[in-house]
Amino acid sequence: MAESTTRGGSAEPFLSVRDVHLRFGGVTALDGPSFDLRRGEICGLIGPNGAGKTTLFNCISRLYQPDSGSITLAGVDLLGLRTEQIASAGIARTFQNLGLFGSMTVLENVLAGGYHRTRSGFGPSGLGLPLVRREERKEVAAARELLADLGLSDVSDKLAAGLPYGTLKRVELARALMASPELLMLDEPANGLIHEEVLELAGTIRRLCDERGLSVLLVEHHMAMVMSVSDQVVVLNLGRKIADGRPDAVRSDPAVIEAYLGGAA
Amino acid sequence: MELFLQQLLDGLATGALYGALALSVVLVYRASGIVNFAQGEMAMFAAFLTWQAHTWGVPLVLAIGLSMLIAFAFGAGVERVLIRPFGTTAAAHLSLIIVTLGLMLVLTSGAGWTWGYLTKQVPPVFGEGVVDVGASAMSRQALGIILAVAVMSVLLYFLFQKTRLGLDMRAAASNPESARLSGIPVGRMLMLGWGLAGAIGALVGALAAPQLFLQPNMMAAMLLYAFAAATLGGFDSPVGALIGGLLVGVLENMAGTYIDIIGNDFKQAVALIIIMAVLLFKPEGLFGSRTVARV
Repeated sequence: MAESTTRGGSAEPFLSVRDVHLRFGGVTALDGPSFDLRRGEICGLIGPNGAGKTTLFNCISRLYQPDSGSITLAGVDLLGLRTEQIASAGIARTFQNLGLFGSMTVLENVLAGGYHRTRSGFGPSGLGLPLVRREERKEVAAARELLADLGLSDVSDKLAAGLPYGTLKRVELARALMASPELLMLDEPANGLIHEEVLELAGTIRRLCDERGLSVLLVEHHMAMVMSVSDQVVVLNLGRKIADGRPDAVRSDPAVIEAYLGGAA
Repeated sequence: MELFLQQLLDGLATGALYGALALSVVLVYRASGIVNFAQGEMAMFAAFLTWQAHTWGVPLVLAIGLSMLIAFAFGAGVERVLIRPFGTTAAAHLSLIIVTLGLMLVLTSGAGWTWGYLTKQVPPVFGEGVVDVGASAMSRQALGIILAVAVMSVLLYFLFQKTRLGLDMRAAASNPESARLSGIPVGRMLMLGWGLAGAIGALVGALAAPQLFLQPNMMAAMLLYAFAAATLGGFDSPVGALIGGLLVGVLENMAGTYIDIIGNDFKQAVALIIIMAVLLFKPEGLFGSRTVARV
């Protein structure tokens, strides 16, 4: 498998989620799930609707603050960070229903994703100093390369609003990659895609993971895709973890069959 | 025909000011999702600062520049101190609109308390006299206003479309959550938007003051025209605001000249009619984007 060797032994967990609790009013959204994601691996996060998958995503990307528990990435306490600091901590994500900048072009969307890599801050950038200009050209070149890699060169100068849904899903993926993340979080990337696109997407995710040494956390309802692409599958139900392991082991776990597949599989 | 051309040119000059003020309204709307009812009074206050600096002996152009800087800082400060604590959710909009109405009253009475209600004379920054434009003539000030607004618009276009900072500001306005996740300091971008709006308003105030006569209620009517311009152009479109301003300026002048019943005294009704008509028949305006929700 794609074991990354960037930081020594891969036995040490990269992303570590411990006993995370979150209640909205009287509803328990997360009831203490814990799991680890090893560096360079793809972890599928599955579960029926309302299992808490997106809630957990939002906790990791600091849109929600859990009531208790801990989430660390390579030893860094993520719960101590603000949303703005997530990108420089090495995390990028996509949204279930897209979170693009509709009034901006595809290229501009991707450029915006690379904000934390641009170091000059906003003082000189408005003035167009030469150093900044050079950096901007490098950013544009990097963005165009990503767009080409994902087959989006044709639409790079089109406004995001109005492009087909499947295309926008890839644009959002490109924007996330532009941040050069170490952990890529994909919230239902196959949602709304046709069958061929799903297969292609699975291949793309696998390839990106191998090429860039990315670790991927993947929420997805498309079971065949999750099982084929993941190294590890974590199953949530009603905010609790009910299974965690290699895809084939999880698939035959009685608790999963009972809760998630309704006994039909 | 000569009268027509004359009215057209005059309309363009006032329209440029309406457009510029509309632009500041639109910048705030895009950043925070609300209409700042105090935008006109912020411009009026800045015009008083210009006048004050000028009477203390600062050259007029420098005085305008200084008041634009102060208005920038004030606008940014308003966002930070008065607006941000309420959050940007739709539920907060009513509270925020009331806050801006309160600010409007405070600025009006503050200006009255500081400088009194007697009108002050601000000299035209582009000087007296007229320039021949084809068969008609235009005051130097009117021509200067059009050029100044054009230069400002080009600079803003450059900022928003050609710089990293502009890109980040647009991203923060378009989708704050995603912008935050990319590391963009959204709060700082909103402050910048309000600051720019304040500075543009200060320029409008200083350019309009010679004709409107400087007093605390100077901008009240102009804000109505700016709203008409922004509505006509599309509330989320900066280009629309400017073009809307020019159209409103010309329409208002033409209606005042050619429709007897309107005349000079009833011109403001034109603004109201434009607002009503746009909202009824084309609510997104000429250049605005239709709000589409993906379910």
